[in-house]
Amino acid sequence: MATSTMIIPGEKRVVKNHTSLKQTIQNSLTMAGRGLIKVRRNPEQLFDVIIQPILFTLMFTYLFGGAIAGNVANYLPIIIPGILAQTIVTASVVTGTQLREDMDKGVFDRFKSLPIARIAPLAGALIADIVRYVIATGLTFCMGYIMGFRPEGGILSILAASLLVIAFAWCLSWIFAFFGVIARSASSVQGFSMIILFPLSFLSNAFVPVNTLPEWLQWFVNVNPISHLITAIRDLVNNGTIGVDFWLSIVGGLVILAIFVPLTVRAYMRKA
Amino acid sequence: MTKPVNAIEVKGLKKYFGDNKAVDDIDLTVPSGVIYGVLGPNGAGKTTTINMLATLMKPDAGSAKVFGHDVVKEANAVRQLIGVTGQYASVDEKLSAIENLVIFGRLLGLSRSESKAKATELLEEFGLTEAAKRPLAKFSGGMRRRLDLAASLIAQPPLIFLDEPTTGLDPRTRNRMWDTIRRLVKNGSTILLTTQYLEEADQLADRIAVIDRGKVVAEGTPNELKKSIGAATLQLHISDAKRITEAAQTIKKVLGVDTQNPEPKLITAPMRDPDTVTDLLVAFKEVGIKLDEVSVQKPSLDEVFFALTGKTNSAKKGKK
Repeated sequence: MATSTMIIPGEKRVVKNHTSLKQTIQNSLTMAGRGLIKVRRNPEQLFDVIIQPILFTLMFTYLFGGAIAGNVANYLPIIIPGILAQTIVTASVVTGTQLREDMDKGVFDRFKSLPIARIAPLAGALIADIVRYVIATGLTFCMGYIMGFRPEGGILSILAASLLVIAFAWCLSWIFAFFGVIARSASSVQGFSMIILFPLSFLSNAFVPVNTLPEWLQWFVNVNPISHLITAIRDLVNNGTIGVDFWLSIVGGLVILAIFVPLTVRAYMRKA
Repeated sequence: MTKPVNAIEVKGLKKYFGDNKAVDDIDLTVPSGVIYGVLGPNGAGKTTTINMLATLMKPDAGSAKVFGHDVVKEANAVRQLIGVTGQYASVDEKLSAIENLVIFGRLLGLSRSESKAKATELLEEFGLTEAAKRPLAKFSGGMRRRLDLAASLIAQPPLIFLDEPTTGLDPRTRNRMWDTIRRLVKNGSTILLTTQYLEEADQLADRIAVIDRGKVVAEGTPNELKKSIGAATLQLHISDAKRITEAAQTIKKVLGVDTQNPEPKLITAPMRDPDTVTDLLVAFKEVGIKLDEVSVQKPSLDEVFFALTGKTNSAKKGKK
């Protein structure tokens, strides 16, 4: 028998009561790796970040292109950043629902009983989701390219815009991670998040010029952080410039982190 | 040399869920290297106790130490000394058996190759090699339970918690699980096992604590518990059913106790002093009553349980 080696008695073991930063990072990466294996096992988890960019780009471009920009080619520089922001913002909700599902499972009890960094399952989930944002971003730009979108800013500006939108989505996912930690069930996370996301993503400058809207709505659209994110992407990919909206988006992301990282971590540690 | 420390020391442990006193002032001492059985019906507080000892839940009052480390103040140290196998398999349904074990190995600080080697070794030991790459959704209850136990053994912990390890398993799988548990103790592990099956506690445990409604109602070796219930029963099968009354009178004369005869040829009597049995057998020989069989029946743990808690162990009948 392979494990016939004698067990070292409890009193002779050297144990420590804290986890080092190195161990915390290692544990978090292992948990992220676990998240990726799960995605490989259930590719349907990626449906939203695969279908939405393809479907929305096709649908909205041909639907609104003529009416808003005169033709499809003129509409692409407006709609692609809009759909990119919308897709990635919706994709960040999944962090919350999956975290909730995970925490309800038996395996979470085992994680809690292991001598690992308490934060690792949460951190791992947040890291693994970056892959989803990369897929969504890549696919949206690919769809745009296929449909004739040739950004003025060139490849570097596309990379910069991708980084910006992925970073923003990651910041945003902390909000949904918080809902995930405090909610009773995964479906309540989903429902609650959608109520917030729908107005945020549609009542923005994603699809239509803001000046066509009634004044009170213009006010909301202009303060909506998603609008700033979309303008920042447009500036980058269409003009290759970094404007005030770029910095506003970054500040917005940091504000979300400043509020929701402590909230989420505290709520999570109470349960973990 | 450090002096031997008790694997578990629990004093005045309490956990209330609202009005429900799930664990109400429990004391336990588990020496190193034994199988300790915690026996009780559903809802007695067994799982809550394990959850607190395994640092999954904070006690409301009292203290619990694992190898001298406090489960609240030194939770992370305790986690390095324990393995937990819960009532419900705590493995990842969406991953394969080997992926599960490798991830737990990595989390415990093993390298990629070490985790793989350890996982392969454990799967082999638990007879899961063929199913290693299959998704867990296709695993039977017994396989899942074995994988769960395997996962608890990656770090070779000196203390293992097994929460109802055989509930819902068929008798053959259950016997295999029992063998595995016995082997673990031979290697030097200490095991705390909860069960609602009296037979299981009797078979495996060196010491047993009977708990009911969050309290320890009895503690001791299986034999001590049985003795505390009272005398053993002497059972005599006599050859000739017609002489049963005469046999009863002889017993009354020699042992001074009343008898019962549940079957035409069977006569039973409480046995307080085993030495007097010789006198009885001699007396039977003198009057010429022939015996087919003589046996002594110790009280079963079922009776112990009933006597201590005033309830029948309904779970046993329901699930076996």
